[in-house]
This record gives sequence, structure tokens and C-alpha cells, in this order.
Amino acid sequence: MVEKLLEGSKRYYYWLLFLVGVIAVCGIVYIYQLINGLGVTGMSRDVSWGLYISQFTYLVGVAASAVMLVLPAYFHHYQKFKIMIIFGEFMAIAAVVMCCLFIVVDLGQPQRALNVLLHPTPNSVMFYDMIVLMGYLLINAIVGWTTLEAERHDTPYPTWCKYLAYLSIVWAFSIHTVTAFLYAGIPGRHYWLTAIMAARFLSSAFCSGPAILLLLILLLRRLTGFNPGKVAIRTLATIITYAMCLNVFFYLLEVFTAYYSGIPGHSAPLTFLFAGYEGVTSWVTGFMWVAVFCTVICLTILINPNTRTGSYMPLALILLVLGTWIDKGLGLLIGGFTPNMYEGITLYLPTAREIAVAIGVYAVGALVLSLLWKIALGVKYEVGHFDGDEGDEAEAEAH
Amino acid sequence: MKKNRRSFLKVAGLSVFALSSGLGSLAGEAKADVAPGKYEAEPLGRKPLAAKRWAMVIDTRKFKSADDYKPLIDACHKEHNVPRIRGAQNAEGHDDQEIKWLWLDKFDHAFPDEMNEYLTPKIKAQVFPMLCNHCTNPPCVRVCPTQATYKLPNGIVTMDYHRCIGCRFCMAGCPYGARSFNFVDPRKYLPEQVPNPKFPTRMIGVVEKCTFCVERLDKGMMPACVEASGGRILFGDLEDPNSVVRKALAENFTIRRKPSLGTQPGVYYII
Repeated sequence: MVEKLLEGSKRYYYWLLFLVGVIAVCGIVYIYQLINGLGVTGMSRDVSWGLYISQFTYLVGVAASAVMLVLPAYFHHYQKFKIMIIFGEFMAIAAVVMCCLFIVVDLGQPQRALNVLLHPTPNSVMFYDMIVLMGYLLINAIVGWTTLEAERHDTPYPTWCKYLAYLSIVWAFSIHTVTAFLYAGIPGRHYWLTAIMAARFLSSAFCSGPAILLLLILLLRRLTGFNPGKVAIRTLATIITYAMCLNVFFYLLEVFTAYYSGIPGHSAPLTFLFAGYEGVTSWVTGFMWVAVFCTVICLTILINPNTRTGSYMPLALILLVLGTWIDKGLGLLIGGFTPNMYEGITLYLPTAREIAVAIGVYAVGALVLSLLWKIALGVKYEVGHFDGDEGDEAEAEAH
Repeated sequence: MKKNRRSFLKVAGLSVFALSSGLGSLAGEAKADVAPGKYEAEPLGRKPLAAKRWAMVIDTRKFKSADDYKPLIDACHKEHNVPRIRGAQNAEGHDDQEIKWLWLDKFDHAFPDEMNEYLTPKIKAQVFPMLCNHCTNPPCVRVCPTQATYKLPNGIVTMDYHRCIGCRFCMAGCPYGARSFNFVDPRKYLPEQVPNPKFPTRMIGVVEKCTFCVERLDKGMMPACVEASGGRILFGDLEDPNSVVRKALAENFTIRRKPSLGTQPGVYYII
């Protein structure tokens, strides 16, 4: 199936060239960081994790979100999702690749990364995180490739593949739970020390991941004519809406506990994020309010069934992705480190070089995604599975 | 393949040439950091000091100002070749990327759990020393994915700088901010002749912190800050009822930093 990569339009090759260009430029910035150290970032002694680890966290969620397609399709035999499962699985692979890269670029001594395997440490959550992420990558690659190959040859996929898909469902929950445990098990970081962290992570993942997928699928429809089907889009939009409502609900639970209990440690990070703390306000406050705004608008569009899948849906999805990204890709880390260990404020602002390296990693993810989706799309067109509405129209005509 | 003396000599000659010229100089460059004479092994003189659980009691009443602590901090940072990065016109990093093993801060920063607005003016004006607490339940050891940070049987939490991958999970885990990361190359901020040639300098990209001078204890010496304090900091075995620290704890009211987190810090403060 790899040969599908080579049959593309000019636009496809220009896109790949563009990505390779971005990767090359950002790769140079990374080499600069490798030589000069993480001092080139905005991180500091008090805010010792920054943009890289927060992007890692966000993307683990995106990877886990493939389960929102796999679960209905394999557990509930929901046929409408079958046509686009492969895109979810391949997006998960791209997301895990980005996760691994974000960890590597964050390491002070990346050439020693394999020490994690050389000296396995069962009491460290990071050890488990490495195992579950690698496992998830492998499972998705095997299941995705096997089912696609079976689809191409118009044969049912082997039975073991089904069980592997079942495993991937449990595994998807585990990767994001373990990632939440990275934070939720740390004493003394008030914003992270909360039992609901894993649930928040999952709910945020299950709305933002499918939203990104749906946006990309809509783009794909415009670019290539691949149509996931009206029913599938509607179902996915409903799933996204429920998950986003849960996400907001869980966040509000945090807000209640923090402020009603009146315990200063619990409320300080929230106060810092939304209003500034002890007279110090940072750029992140504006972002947090943008996230609130995005959340309100996107839920207004999505909750109303008349507008959920209408022309405003892409806008709602973009706002949803932006809102959840600000919450998890910025606020989570900054709120965790501010106020710092001495209840003081150390501000964090990512540097241009740090942002460049992050863009480079995203470009690698985009490249992996483009190549994998190109293969999937090639197979879909070859066997004629590119219109999700096809069966429905025939059905409607029959009635 | 046939090998005669002539071809052997050719290869040998080529190897000698390569080693003595280009490659040789490369290897020499790589070794420059540990040039002979820069670090000296010390013969074991005194008997090593031993304890079941090392602990420290700091009598903050006997320090009047930050100046009183300065010799201690200097002694510590000289002993361990801790670079002075803050304010050093660091081209890459910023001021907050400094390294500190022993440092000072105000009461409400050192003990944020003691929320009392109406402290005595003396306490409000005073500064307090902070260092690694060498916890009984150290979160940094718990979270380290490579066991680069580990606890010795005598209670000291120490580090293997060569195993550390620089993930900084320990820095997120430590509730005391006791850990520093080498954001920049620390050797650039040290003089050519390091203050203490007997202690290794660190490389870029690893985490470091106070070690309770485990290397000095092994040579029968007290930690550098204890030695420089002139009896104002006590150091001894917490499990020995007759030790100086236990006597000091029995006779004085002491507090520890963030005890509610269950880490069981090994540094006590007489206020």
C-alpha cells in the first residue's frame, strides 16, 4: 500500500515540500537548542516545564480520542463510523509520534532517553507513560494497517485484529489516565493535585480530538471529495458536544472546590490564571478568558441541534479546539507552576525559539498524518469506499 | 585475504599517523575537560561519619541577617563548584535559570503554610536558609524515571548526574524548589581553575541539588555549611537519642517546611 504515497497531485507534493521545509528550519533551531541547552527556552527554575510538555499532554489526548470512533464501531457495531475509523487511527499514530518528539525536545540530555528502559523504575509514572504510549503506537499501527489491507482486498479482517482493537479501546483510556497521573500524583502542586484530573483529561481529549479529526475530515472532503457521510458527522458532532459539556462541568467542579472550601492553595492557581495573583497579571489571563469565550460560543452552537451540524459547525469546532488547547496546552502547566513552591510568582513566556521547535514537531506530525492519510485515501478510492452517504441515498430511494 | 609484513606495516603506519594527527587531536579535545591535575583523588584520611538517618537543625535565632549566612552559602557553592549564573549577563537563559544549593528567602516564602499576617517584626525582616530537605519520603525519588535520584540508607537523597536524562520531573515533584536544572552550560560560569578540584562539575542538561555533603561525610568531615556555621547549624543522626540534633530538637521548638505533605523533611528550623 506504500505505493499510494507516490500517486499524488502537484498540490500534494507542494504540501509535503512545505512541511519538509518547515521541519528543516525548525530542526536547525532544535540543533541550536541541543548545543546551547534549554536555556534558549522561557523555562526557569520555578517553571521547569513549559510549552513542550503541555503540547505533549494535549497530544496524548488527541491520540486517545481515536477511541471515540473505535469504541462505537467495534463495541456497538456502529457501521457509519467504519468508513473513517482508519483516519482516527492514523491520526492517533501521528499524535503519538508528536508526543514522543515533544518529550525528546524537552529533555536536557536526549541522547540518554533510553535510560528510562535501561533502568526501569516501576515507581515512576513516566516509566509507565513511555510503555503505554509505545504500546498504543504499535497497536494502532497494526490494527490500522491490517484493517486497511483487508479493506483493499475486500476480505474481512482477521479475528485477532478485532481483539487487538478491543485492547486499543482500553489502552486509549490508559494512556491519558497515566498522563494525568504524571500531574495528579505530585504533592505540593495545588492545581494538579486533584482526583478529577484524569477524568478532566479524558473529557477534554474526547471533545478536542474528535473535533480536530472532524475539521480535518471536512477539509479532506473539500480537497478530495472523500465524504464521511452526514450521519457519521452528526454522530461525531453529538459525541463532541457531550464530551465538551462534561469537560466544562469537570472544570467547574474544580472551581467550586477551590473557592467554596476557601483553601488558599486550591484557589491561588485559578485566581492567577483568570485574574492575576497578588497584583501580578500575566499574558495567560487574556488567553484564559479567550478560552472561556470560545467555550461559550462553541457550546451555544453545538448544544442546539439545529445549528450543531449546520454551516456554523466548523467555526464551533475551531473555537472548541482553541478553548481546550488554551486550557490544557497553556493553562494546565502555567497554573501548575504558578504560584511557585514559595507561593511567589515566576512568570513564564515561551521564547520564539521554543515556539519554533514546537512548530517543527507539529510539522513532523502533519507530515506523518499527510502520508498515512494519503495511503488510506488511496485505498478508499481504489475500492470505491469514499462516499459515506452512498448507502443512505440508495436506502432513501428504495423507500 | 593475504597479509604479509609489508601490508601490516602499511596499516600500522597509517594508524599511527591517524592517531597522532587528526584523530589524536580530536580525542585530546574530548579529554580536555578532565585534563590531568584538574581533579585529584583524595586519600581517605579520617574515618567516614555514619548515621542511620542524617538530619539537620538550623538555629535561625543565631543568624542576624543575610550577611551571616553568606559565608555558609559561599562555602557550599565553592565546595560543589556551583556556578553563579544570576546577574552574570547570561546571553541565552534568564535570571531564573540559576543554580542554587543553599539560598535565602523570607519567612512566608520559606514556610508558606504558616499563614500568619501578624508575625513579629523580627521574623518578618529575617531571612531563612533553604536547601534540600532530604525527605524520608522524597517525591523526587518517587517520580524519577531512571533512578538518577535515589535515597541512601542513611537518609541522604543524592544524584547520579550521568544517568539523569534532564526530564525535570523531579523539579515538578519537589515541593521545596530544592532542585536546579542546568539550563546553560555551568562550566562557562566557572573559572578555568574550579574552586574545588576534588568535586566534579556538572554538564549541561542535568538536574542537581544539595547532597548533605555526602562526599565529605565519607571522608569524616561535616557538611560545608555546618562547618562554616560555627555551631549554629547542627548535623547528626536523627535515630540516635544522644545525637546533637536530637538534643536540640528535645530542647527547642522547631518547625519544618510544608510538613503536611507527608514528605518528612530532614531539615529542622529553630525559630
